[in-house]
Amino acid sequence: MSVQLDARPPVRPAVRGSARQLWEYRLSRLDEKYSPYLYIAPFFLLFGVFGAYPLAYTFWVSLHDWDLLATEHQFVGGENYSRLLADPDFWHSLTNTLGIFVISTVPQLLGALWLASLLNRRLRARTTWRMAVLVPNVTSTAAVAIVFGVLFGRQFGMINWLLDLVGVGAIDWKANRFASWVAISAMVDWRWTGYNALIFLAAMQAIPRDLYESAAIDGASRARQFWSITVPLLKPTIIFAVIVSTIGGLQLFTEPRMFHSGTNPIRGGSLRESQTMTMYMFENAFAPHYNFGYGSAVAWLLFALIAIVAAINVVVLRRLGGVDRPTRTRRPRKERSR
Amino acid sequence: MNRLWSANRLTYAALAVTALLSVFPIYWMFVVASRSSDAMGQIPPPVTPGGNLGANISRLFANTDAYFLTGLINSAIVAVTVTVSVVFFSTLAGFAFAKLRFQGRNALLLVIIATMMVPTQLGVIPLYLLMTKLNWNDRLPAVIVPALVTGFGVFMMRQYASQAVSTELIEAARIDGCGTARIYWNVVLPALRPAAAVLGLLTFMTTWNDFLWPYAVLNDPENPTVQLSLRALSDGYYQDMSQVFTGTAIATLPLLLVFVLFGRQIIGGIMEGAVKA
Repeated sequence: MSVQLDARPPVRPAVRGSARQLWEYRLSRLDEKYSPYLYIAPFFLLFGVFGAYPLAYTFWVSLHDWDLLATEHQFVGGENYSRLLADPDFWHSLTNTLGIFVISTVPQLLGALWLASLLNRRLRARTTWRMAVLVPNVTSTAAVAIVFGVLFGRQFGMINWLLDLVGVGAIDWKANRFASWVAISAMVDWRWTGYNALIFLAAMQAIPRDLYESAAIDGASRARQFWSITVPLLKPTIIFAVIVSTIGGLQLFTEPRMFHSGTNPIRGGSLRESQTMTMYMFENAFAPHYNFGYGSAVAWLLFALIAIVAAINVVVLRRLGGVDRPTRTRRPRKERSR
Repeated sequence: MNRLWSANRLTYAALAVTALLSVFPIYWMFVVASRSSDAMGQIPPPVTPGGNLGANISRLFANTDAYFLTGLINSAIVAVTVTVSVVFFSTLAGFAFAKLRFQGRNALLLVIIATMMVPTQLGVIPLYLLMTKLNWNDRLPAVIVPALVTGFGVFMMRQYASQAVSTELIEAARIDGCGTARIYWNVVLPALRPAAAVLGLLTFMTTWNDFLWPYAVLNDPENPTVQLSLRALSDGYYQDMSQVFTGTAIATLPLLLVFVLFGRQIIGGIMEGAVKA
């Protein structure tokens, strides 16, 4: 459309003098018109080649009998999927993924809300506290998974030692399926609770104070204020955090992978106690099987699972917590210092 | 009436416990890294540093399975390259989305926001096949090139640029005959510096930490990133935990250093982003 507009000369350049000036004028018109596209092109190019195309192509691969060494990739239609749906190891990994997701996400978000409400008080050394809760998030995931693997050791682990002090017998955190879920969830929560608390804290600071003041005058307790004012007004942020946790949590890989060591850690323990779906995808697509077609089918089912769980979360959260406020009060741009 | 709730002793106690839980695994990593290998079998477990750090470090770098020094150098190359590139391309695109007029601007911005929700990690298999075609398997371009610019970075810079860069200044520069590239370099980039710094820090840390994709594509044990060196250490048949922990401590150290120096800015960046998202 704008190209057409340009085809007829709209305004003659003010200076019609030398050819050089005309050239410069044209150049600057071209610059104004096309440089924006040049500036945003790198993202779209890279995302297209290394993000969108592989994801879509995964589906194509999943319809084939496709392995590392074969030169011919036979089209098999839905066969990988039907085999997968009859594969007990697949369902096992799906159960593990959902189990770890639930027992990590629920305490994590509740803990983050609670922590944010603490950080929202008038504190001395405010930045230090915030840094202390955020520091787990900036550590190396693989390194921390190794450390947690030792802390949760059966014989010499510190957790079992502490449990022993209060009279609880040693738990085999790596060989007991549910216990391994708990240990991995602990690792995930350690990393993400503080981060989410800061997200919630930012949203809490956007809530106008006078809401609380009038509630206090009406005699609402602090707990009542929290559940009736803070939580409902935080709903958009909570939904956002839940979606991000869903997308990340269902793809969990590094923590369970590095929690296990020894032979075949990609199986997540000798009886696949904590093998997540992403790990199962890796086990099939890369070493030891190199069956790209089958692995791609796992990837697409995981993709579908993420979409379904995220949608369920949004619907449930929308229903909970009463009405949406018609006008949401925006926080003034500059952060209030306190 | 107080504008804020006051903090009582219980608040501080609860925060102190949380802080302790946050810091302890990191602290303990350094404790084990500074002790001899029999520290792992002690009951109660040791919680104070020992004097063995130097010996552990030299054994770690002499370990012929882990290629730890190569891993450190590779990770530094990858993280620095990706950080510089992400900051450059994100500020450029963010500037275009916030301050330049072009057809399809809003639609394209929506596409960028949508890409942030796409689990691209699930595309690893074709990505691996693509790298095989490009002959980048086992080589650093395989982990660098796909990460050179992110939707998150573009969006973050766009949000910041729309309020931090003055439109009048851009117009004035244009009247003075500045091209768009010069406006970016001389007007926009200086104004974006605080947010660009935060983006750079976050990108550096994420890239340094990245595990899944390097794990898939860098299969040559002699050419790892530092996270893959840790995997080699941890998966080894013969486990010397004080040496493994020395590795984890060294791999974590650059991140902690960045955090201690720039923690305030990083927190500000995360919280700003939260309100705008």
